[in-house]
Amino acid sequence: MSAPADTDTPLPPRRSQWRRTLEAVVANRLALAGLVVLGLLVLTALLGEAIAPYGANEQDFTARFDPPSTSHWFGTDDLGRDVFSRVLIGASTSLQVGAVAVGISLVLGTAVGLVAGYRGGWLDSVLMRSMDVLFSFPVVLLAIAIVAVLGPNLVNAMIAIGIVFTPIFARVVRGSVLSVREEVYIRAVRSLGASDTRIVLRHVLPNVTAPIIVQTSLSFAFAILTEAALSFLGVGVQPPQPAWGLMLQEGRGVIDLAWWVGVFPGLAIFLTVMAFNVVGDGLRDALDPRQRSVIESRAQEA
Amino acid sequence: MVRRVLQALLSLLGVSVIVFALLHLVPGDPVRTALGTRFDPDTYEALRARAGLDRPLLVQYVSWLGGVLTGDLGVSFRTGQTVSSAIAARLPATATLAGASLVIALVIAIPAGIISAVRQGRPVDYVATAASQVGVSIPDFWYGIMLILIFASGFGMLPPSGYESLLEDPLEWLRHLILPAVTAGVVTGAILTRFTRSSVLEAMTADHVRLARAKGLPERTILRTHVLRNAWIPIVTVTGLQLATLLGGVVVVEVVFAWPGLGRLALDAVEARDYPLMQGAVLVIASGFLVVNLLVDLLYARLDPRISYA
Repeated sequence: MSAPADTDTPLPPRRSQWRRTLEAVVANRLALAGLVVLGLLVLTALLGEAIAPYGANEQDFTARFDPPSTSHWFGTDDLGRDVFSRVLIGASTSLQVGAVAVGISLVLGTAVGLVAGYRGGWLDSVLMRSMDVLFSFPVVLLAIAIVAVLGPNLVNAMIAIGIVFTPIFARVVRGSVLSVREEVYIRAVRSLGASDTRIVLRHVLPNVTAPIIVQTSLSFAFAILTEAALSFLGVGVQPPQPAWGLMLQEGRGVIDLAWWVGVFPGLAIFLTVMAFNVVGDGLRDALDPRQRSVIESRAQEA
Repeated sequence: MVRRVLQALLSLLGVSVIVFALLHLVPGDPVRTALGTRFDPDTYEALRARAGLDRPLLVQYVSWLGGVLTGDLGVSFRTGQTVSSAIAARLPATATLAGASLVIALVIAIPAGIISAVRQGRPVDYVATAASQVGVSIPDFWYGIMLILIFASGFGMLPPSGYESLLEDPLEWLRHLILPAVTAGVVTGAILTRFTRSSVLEAMTADHVRLARAKGLPERTILRTHVLRNAWIPIVTVTGLQLATLLGGVVVVEVVFAWPGLGRLALDAVEARDYPLMQGAVLVIASGFLVVNLLVDLLYARLDPRISYA
């Protein structure tokens, strides 16, 4: 007979998965720096109008193309608008596009991935082949084509980006569902007579959240980059709304005359995308190290 | 292999359906939208008849697909030029930029990725990883503008934009190519560096590599004969994928440098509401993407006997 377990030994305190994840991300200095940048970005997006020294479209024709100075930290543009204020206020546009576009692809992609992975068979083939077809279009080009049909504006750009990023969510979710659906606890609740909808929503979905979270962060970076590209190409946000890509387009025409008009919005895009990427990488290392990046997924499935 | 080809054909069919649907999703009458408010009724009728918009949708699709298969992509609403000739005129510029960008990307990525993996955790790895993270995050259109600011406006060493034919003036062709190729190439190189590093790291942990090390083989031999031979196969796939993306037209890079490629043609068609031209350009780009990927997959199976599409 084996010795009884030493019941006096205290068990280590139970930590939730989310707490462990947060600790792992915070321990990763690069991801922590990314989180700090994102925190500042969210604050800027929320308070942009209030903290900006000038209005987004406040014009001063006596101060056209003023270089960076103490009164205009990032200089002024062709209409005498303060570039620093426009960069601050433009943060909310970028985050809004990122949130809505990623929200669309998250909902659509997760739904497709759950159904395809759980049901399998012909439905899986049809859904995933459709996703493959969407995947075969270059991202910016497909977004341009969708915006061309819907009309160029902010809402349509968000819808287009949302559609473009749907397949990657569908693939990530489907892959995870395929392994989860064979688990014993799923077979157990099925044998107890639970409906498919209940099994999927109550038992499968909560167990595939880790890859979805990682993908959400990485997709945010790509969505913001794609919105900036669309606005830069003139098919996204329309003037005079301040958006970083649009400001960059305006800056490109006057680059010889006033470098600051294009340099600062570009830096803002770069820092934001970088922050989302490093946080996404940190989350992946903590939550789901086997998950592949968007590029790797495309390579694997092509 | 037959299965993989069939899969690609099915995807091509799906692409054709989406591209065809694009024209029909335009709210209202696409010909009227394209021509604007003031238009000649005869031109309007001729374009509608040419596009066959008054026939049932399925008939239109079959007829359009039949045309596509025989190289007839329709006629531009704006110029009256055939879409296939407009696309053919842009192919040399696109192929040139894609090829040059890929060469630059590979020259950066292969050594950087391998050194970074072999020296994992050392300063050179941190530098390479940080640089590739920057490269992946940087908006290529901004980076391109910065290059123009420094090398064209600042030092005046290179032209800020435009394209020259290789046959007419090779030196000017090269001078015009450098900035756009570096812009697209460095971003592509960053993606490939990350992938090369992870592929080499993965190959380094394989059992046969550990065995080779236990046998006392020199590290250089292990790297050359056991690691790289396994690592380079996935690298070939991603390289093919990147080439397909570059061939599809790096639209923003083409716009920044006024490069007359396919992506820019598609964007111009969108701006002009020239739907047949837009359909043609998108169809060619997406099909090219699928075909290049298919070729890479088939090559992949030949390179690695363990892979079979049977």
